[in-house]
Amino acid sequence: MSRIELVVIGGSAGAIEALRQILGELPGEFPAAVAVVVHLPADSPSLLPEIFERPDGPRMKFAEDKEPIEAGTIYFATPDYHLLIEANRTFALSQIDRVHFSRPAIDVLFETAAEAYGERLLGIVLSGANADGAAGLAAVAEAGGITAVQSLESSEMIAMPAAALQAAPDSIELNLSSLAKFLRAHGEPDVG
Amino acid sequence: MTAPVGDLEVRLLLEAIYDRYHYDFRSYAMASLKRRLAQACDQLNVATLSGLQEKVLHEPESFSTLLQFLTVQVSDMFRDPEFFAALRTRVLPVLATYPSFKLWVAGCSAGEEAYSLAILLQEEGLLDRSLIYATDINAQALRLAAAGVYEIARLRTFTENHRRSGGKSSLSDYYHASGESAIMDSALRRKITFSDHSLATDNVFSEVHLVTCRNVLIYFDSTLQNRALRLFDDSLVSSGFLGLGSKESLRFTESASSFEEVSRLERIYRKKSGLA
Repeated sequence: MSRIELVVIGGSAGAIEALRQILGELPGEFPAAVAVVVHLPADSPSLLPEIFERPDGPRMKFAEDKEPIEAGTIYFATPDYHLLIEANRTFALSQIDRVHFSRPAIDVLFETAAEAYGERLLGIVLSGANADGAAGLAAVAEAGGITAVQSLESSEMIAMPAAALQAAPDSIELNLSSLAKFLRAHGEPDVG
Repeated sequence: MTAPVGDLEVRLLLEAIYDRYHYDFRSYAMASLKRRLAQACDQLNVATLSGLQEKVLHEPESFSTLLQFLTVQVSDMFRDPEFFAALRTRVLPVLATYPSFKLWVAGCSAGEEAYSLAILLQEEGLLDRSLIYATDINAQALRLAAAGVYEIARLRTFTENHRRSGGKSSLSDYYHASGESAIMDSALRRKITFSDHSLATDNVFSEVHLVTCRNVLIYFDSTLQNRALRLFDDSLVSSGFLGLGSKESLRFTESASSFEEVSRLERIYRKKSGLA
């Protein structure tokens, strides 16, 4: 069994392209769950899971309130709601205040995931334009999880990965193709 | 690890609040509740949840501040216009077949949805035959709701939502502006009874034909969600309707088999009849 049971990924500007590359290489039977927060306008159409879907890829969907988190599924945060994880490893939605002007906020997902998953968590911060995700990634590291950021050279916007790197200095910095490999490797037995 | 201490503090605080003030947050969804408690600690200038507990027990006025953090109040008139459009086309024609009928807005916050429903009913010529109960646990929100006063700046969103819901009249027909405020028409206010009711501790209080409870259940844990849904089931007449928030569903609840979908995307359900 792989040590990692959940991967949390956050990003904003420039993150869609990065996600396309990272998620595009995940096998259909990926043995961990993945939860993704991307900042989008509250009224943007609900198309995120669809744009990443592949016939041979993992299941992709919006995370629903009280939904049990299952391996091999990529979950996306729904616009205008925070996505949180409960101790019993189910999702929760909430419209509490924006964090870094964002709802969903990366910090909210990462901090609650860190509490529920501890060292069985991998957190990845991608390209983005503000500091959301930095406190979250620090929480992942503090709980014993693995942390990674998209390399600044490969990020369209560096503010987000730079802030994350500063808050969680032990994070591995990887370009997109390495990040994709790194993630895939964590789906293989006895890694990490 | 500090987490277990934090969990213990949350549990003790919620017990204290329940004992002292009879508000029951013990079955609220924990992840979101903890974040709001952390915000309340900042606002009330205490370092720990134990400090917060001491403060709310010994300074009752600080409890009302805390309560505003614990009850999430995000609402607009005609919020999710498609929901109201679906009520208009799928639900009101059925309600119109009753000589009189009742609606229950559970978790009404400052009354935005209750007034929206009253306007919808007025537009469909059904307001005279209806009664709207609107309930919440937050007394401050209920006072605002009963007064029917909203900041005028919010009316732009309300008006746009109303238009998108298929509104047949102008929203401005239902309020008058006074300075920075919009005051709802007293004819609407008379049709709505605002009252204190807790989905966590209170029971059925009336037989109703439509329950709307939107963006309330996401703040409950599974046990409390199931309790609230049983309450709605017990309150509804046979084949009565239930409307939930746009990201809520019955899917992960015990009530999934007690209702059938009327409008999947708009989260409108109908109580199944003739089943035990």
